Amino acid sequence: MSQSYEIIDHTYDVVVVGAGGAGLRATVALAEAGLRTACVTKVFPTRSHTVAAQGGIAASLGNMGKDDWRWHMYDTIKGSDWLGDQDCIEYMVREAVPSIIELEHYGMPFSRTEDGKIYQRPFGGMSTNYGEGIAQRTCAAADRTGHAMLHTLYQQSLKANAEFFIEYFAVDLIMEDGTCRGVMTWNLDDGTIHRFRAQKVILATGGYGRSYFSCTGAHTCTGDGGGMALRAGLPLQDMEFVQFHPTGIYGAGCLITEGVRGEGGILRNADGERFMERYAPSAKDLASRDVVSRSMTMEIREGRGVGAEGDHIHLDLTHLDPNVIDQRLPGIAETAKIFAGVDVAKQPIPVLPTCHYNMGGVPTNYHGEVLTLRDGDPDAVVPGLMAIGEAACVSVHGANRLGSNSLLDLVVFGRAAGLRCADTIEAGAKQADLPSDGGDLALSRLDAARHSKGEVKTAALRLEMQKVMQSNCAVFRTGEVLQEGCDLMDDAWAKLSDVGISDRSMVWNSDLVETLELDNLMSQSQVTIRGALNREESRGAQAREDFPDRDDDNWMKHTLAWCENDGKVTIDYRPVHMEPLSNDVQAFPPKARVY
Amino acid sequence: MVEFSLPANSKVKGGHIHPGPKDAKSRKTFKVYRWNPDDGENPSLDTYAVDTEDCGPMVLDALIKIKNETDSTLTFRRSCREGVCGSCAMNIDGTNTLACTKYIADVKGDVKVYPLPHMPVVKDLVPDLTHAYAQYTSIEPWMKSSTPAPERERRQSPEEREELDGLWECILCFCCATSCPSYWWNGDKYLGPAVLLQAYRWIADSRDDATGERLDNLEDPFRLFRCHTIMNCTKTCPKGLNPAKAIGEIKKLMLDRQG
Repeated sequence: MSQSYEIIDHTYDVVVVGAGGAGLRATVALAEAGLRTACVTKVFPTRSHTVAAQGGIAASLGNMGKDDWRWHMYDTIKGSDWLGDQDCIEYMVREAVPSIIELEHYGMPFSRTEDGKIYQRPFGGMSTNYGEGIAQRTCAAADRTGHAMLHTLYQQSLKANAEFFIEYFAVDLIMEDGTCRGVMTWNLDDGTIHRFRAQKVILATGGYGRSYFSCTGAHTCTGDGGGMALRAGLPLQDMEFVQFHPTGIYGAGCLITEGVRGEGGILRNADGERFMERYAPSAKDLASRDVVSRSMTMEIREGRGVGAEGDHIHLDLTHLDPNVIDQRLPGIAETAKIFAGVDVAKQPIPVLPTCHYNMGGVPTNYHGEVLTLRDGDPDAVVPGLMAIGEAACVSVHGANRLGSNSLLDLVVFGRAAGLRCADTIEAGAKQADLPSDGGDLALSRLDAARHSKGEVKTAALRLEMQKVMQSNCAVFRTGEVLQEGCDLMDDAWAKLSDVGISDRSMVWNSDLVETLELDNLMSQSQVTIRGALNREESRGAQAREDFPDRDDDNWMKHTLAWCENDGKVTIDYRPVHMEPLSNDVQAFPPKARVY
Repeated sequence: MVEFSLPANSKVKGGHIHPGPKDAKSRKTFKVYRWNPDDGENPSLDTYAVDTEDCGPMVLDALIKIKNETDSTLTFRRSCREGVCGSCAMNIDGTNTLACTKYIADVKGDVKVYPLPHMPVVKDLVPDLTHAYAQYTSIEPWMKSSTPAPERERRQSPEEREELDGLWECILCFCCATSCPSYWWNGDKYLGPAVLLQAYRWIADSRDDATGERLDNLEDPFRLFRCHTIMNCTKTCPKGLNPAKAIGEIKKLMLDRQG
């Protein structure tokens, strides 16, 4: 196989796959540490989906009132419904403050308070004094915080003279005896194959939102790192936990930030009622995302949805000061105008819970090193492989992520992975030859897809999968519906071998790219829906109507799921880390989760 | 006597016609530029009919529908589909814009879709932006401060921060640069409106201390001063930004320091 494609070889100390917030932050750290680093990305860095994050990035700076990282830690653990690892969460919330200050020093254009500090807004689930009051902890650059952060990090990577391989599609990892040795990539621009050998490969490939029919994620959010990990025989963790954001625009699916509710926006049903007062008397519209999405779904089910079909909810900002909209929320005013035809000063925005974020991913420790279950050791490190950002499951988000903790996850663990590499590998160290068959998995898959002549179109099969996931594995789940979904996913899987594409070229063959991406989406959809069927409890984003309660005795554990080439899923578990990292804070034992 | 010759592959031929569904309720015709580097042929304009009743409202929705259902070889960049990533910049109905925020209904008659003008084409609607990206790097778009970093954030008043509004929101789609005749003719040396807007973003930042150095870098007959205030940039910007104004501000600063 390798004879029929010309292969261009590269050797680096580290290869980062992906150039979103996490990948760029790692790349900056690695370049600054003097490690020879390649950042390989399928889109130009500033087109990565971090750019679409709106509301902000959490850190207990205390610019708007007293704050404490312990409160942030408690909120994150409670938000995770006690499935988050407390040591990793402690690491994240403590590193939050220096990480955000660092972004400011990089030139990130944060909004400002009157005294010139970084402006912070309230966000869902963020409280003061362990749930007593509402915290203003989310640092914002108007409602385009992800744009500000991604561009700033790209600028820093230019300053650090980092090496980029742009519009290179990563096809598969090169594994040898359980160690990751590199990654096979395809340069879309000229059609050449590039084989990267490295001491460490860092997956920063983002989430797989496009497994669902309606998602806030970009077309490119196909979770390529997760797909590569599964094909390498590695497990993914907690994949059943898929976050539905309460406010995607009805129809278009575009995100409307939680920051709208942070600035005073209100959800209303067909009666004009502020229904969140009934479901979350204390936090109301700023309850955790899983809670708000379920409440909205209940309102619609009980006949109080808005619109001709009664199938969505209104997000009302008409009572806000126009200056707040101009200064704090200009982006969503524009998005609502374009995609919903709404003037937010005069009309409510039609919204619906929309697939938004994957809490699950490649399991890692807080250094970013990939973990697997090996010989009874649930924390066995996979040599040579790291994962960060939405692609990873550290796990700091557990069963439900708090808004503005994801941008934080990106910078904290992107930086951590870079620091870990600087500590553990020697720049320019000699690397053994790659195994002679190292790139075969990638090339055979690429070649087979490129010449495929089957009856099934990639787009048609993708749509079939997306509809199954949307209707059988969404906000509310039951064993019966999930089992039906599993059967339908198996039917879809069987069609993978009958896919046929039309474009046979190697230069910018997006027909082939989408087909390789479909492999990644399919395997992750499989472990997601199987994990959801397997977990017989309700926790965070997993709401089982047939098992409505959280079951700490049996299910306070992380799911690990492997996916075979035939689509068969195997499940095992890892314990949740219930102890913090230091003695500066006590563990937070599980209790009932009320907002 | 001046001899003119067209560059290779610049003459566009008529292309394939895809009639679309017979039972279409509301038929709209898309004429789309196609060029495949593999076949040695000149570019063509392929025709696709789309039932707009069975399609999302944006031009990008139609292109995706064509790719999904009619012709999967059609090649274009796309990602966020909400006007924030800048991937799907192209020339639609004669104007550079983002396909994801351009309403089909806003185009009278057939919808003509070309790649961004005057850039090398990689394939179909995918232009090669390597040079534009290199120009962006050339202005050193990162903060340069002469004071040591404080323990906490550098203070910036809301008024100072407001100076950045209309600058930092640029998504680097290069609709503006590729609409500028001056950039078409001298794009090798003239930086173009997108990059100059970014140059001004750093000059305007109260935390940045490198204004002199940044102006030095632009002091040249081409890099800045090939802007002839044609204003196509501002007219075409899909984010409603005003690169021409930013360029004007830089020119003023240049004149000011000449005294």
